[in-house]
Amino acid sequence: MAIVAPRRYVERQRRVRIITTALLGLFLLYTFLPIYYLLVSSTKDDTALFASFGLWFAPPFQPFTNLHNLFTFQGGVFSRWLFNTALYAISTAVGAAIICCAAGYAFAKFLFPGRQSLFAIILGSVMVPRTALVIPIFLLLSQIGLIDTPLAVILPSLVFPLGVYLARVYAEQAVPDELLDAARIDGSGEARIFARVALPIMQPAFVTILLLSFVVTWNNYFLPLVVLSSPKWFPVTVGLAVWFQQASAGSGGQALFTLVITGALVSVLPVVLLFVSLQRYWRGDLSVGAVK
Amino acid sequence: MAAPKSATPTLNARNAAGSDVAPAARVGLLAVRRRRRRYPHALAAYLFLAPFLVLFVMFLVGPLFYALNLSVWRETLVGGRSFAGLANYADVFADESFWRGIRNMLLFGVFQVPIMLGLALIFALVLDAGTTYAKSLFRIGFFLPYAVPSVIAALIWGYLYGPSFGPFTQAANALGWAPPMFLSRTLMLPSLANIVTWEFTGYNMIILYSALQAVPKDVIEAAAIDGARPIRVARSIRVPLIAPTIVLTAIFSVIGTLQLFNEPQLMLAIAPDVIGNDYTPNIYAYTTGFVNQQYNYAAAISFVLGAFVVIISYAVLFFSNRRQTPAAA
Repeated sequence: MAIVAPRRYVERQRRVRIITTALLGLFLLYTFLPIYYLLVSSTKDDTALFASFGLWFAPPFQPFTNLHNLFTFQGGVFSRWLFNTALYAISTAVGAAIICCAAGYAFAKFLFPGRQSLFAIILGSVMVPRTALVIPIFLLLSQIGLIDTPLAVILPSLVFPLGVYLARVYAEQAVPDELLDAARIDGSGEARIFARVALPIMQPAFVTILLLSFVVTWNNYFLPLVVLSSPKWFPVTVGLAVWFQQASAGSGGQALFTLVITGALVSVLPVVLLFVSLQRYWRGDLSVGAVK
Repeated sequence: MAAPKSATPTLNARNAAGSDVAPAARVGLLAVRRRRRRYPHALAAYLFLAPFLVLFVMFLVGPLFYALNLSVWRETLVGGRSFAGLANYADVFADESFWRGIRNMLLFGVFQVPIMLGLALIFALVLDAGTTYAKSLFRIGFFLPYAVPSVIAALIWGYLYGPSFGPFTQAANALGWAPPMFLSRTLMLPSLANIVTWEFTGYNMIILYSALQAVPKDVIEAAAIDGARPIRVARSIRVPLIAPTIVLTAIFSVIGTLQLFNEPQLMLAIAPDVIGNDYTPNIYAYTTGFVNQQYNYAAAISFVLGAFVVIISYAVLFFSNRRQTPAAA
């Protein structure tokens, strides 16, 4: 067996570290390129956008003029879109997290007829293409008069089968049966036990489901595109896509390009900040139970 | 029973029928009691499940059956609504536009999914082994694109690709080279693959990284003490141990590929001649349903696409299980 001399070993380790850091650094540059481009372009006016090199600043440096234009264009509809996106994403995330934790808790901690088959059906539904459901959901919502209302986006997004799976796996591992039995003997009702005993223990799963569902709704495009028709209810994804199409078709003129770019930057920043500040929740629980 | 609403007739009725009903009722009562003992809190469980199940039925199971029903009818201007049986499905299978989308997505998936997951796995292995500087910068940095909505990612890349003011075109022009035609017929699929890779490599990396973190460290140390080099440890121990997670990410990527919609739909605006209305199966279903108002045919397209998703997911599962078994033995 080859025994490497300590100094050579340390030297080799350092070389490996430098090489891998350089390779990962290259990919990091690629990752940051579009965001950097967005930052640079959002400071330019329309002429400079076309005339200057895309990856470097060019006069006039006018980020605040662009922001002002963005928030005043078409009667300030952009801030309305931001508000809509926040409304849809937050209400869906909170609702889905509560609903999924309750369902996952029931599957993990109770015996009842139909438990196995129900869970199999819910898990199997992950395979159903969400987009295949959009046409019938559109027709059903039109029949009950919910089309072109916020509920048309929120209600279908509350169904988050992956969340039930995560909550179940987590509750099975983390919530001890003895604790529930002790609470029952003390005379607590089941609803109280869930709210006061189980849910606090399930908090990491709750936050993970909250974040996952928040991102899914924040990113959603197909469903709102289909079920909403008035611009005042658009989320920011649909609104910006409409501007992008108008800018490319040339109907809005050049003025739309800087608006689209500034709007993209503004709509990305809050979620990026959220991700960085909550990044510890994006670790273990995502694939809880995947090993073993 | 149309008896007047007083207590006596009911009592009488119960007394009169008592001798016949009692044994059956007693059996029923016993069954309920036995059930209670076996499932002491079943009612509470159903109440906890109720909110999810109601929404699940309303917005998943219900629409699924509604679409199934839609797909076996046909709407014509002259004849009105008529039962079509499987005729719509037969049309889908004979529809060149549908197959064009499927071919595009299979070609896309064969290259994009392995490249993306390969990169994600390598990054996850390196970050988990710690053989790099600035670990947390890479971990957060790679994951950031996942925070960018796919529509916005497509929009930014669309501008970067752009033949009028995209920086790649500008750089090529400045150097006197032929500018790369990212949005042309030949390069559109790789260009879309690049957007999807940009969005999801970090996401898959995080999933694989957390699986790697759960691999027992003593096994890895034992192998290292036995003289195994890091690459050998990765190939023979760490990767096989997280194989189920790799399969999971593969299945989710394949499902995502077949359902591709947002990115090509945005590209449609800047490259209408290349994308067309049948570039992916979902774009085709969308145009059929919402532009041409042919809901019945669109529903049939969605079901055939759904069947493809299920078949291919099971194929991935099947082949990965078969490959794992000899390695484990």
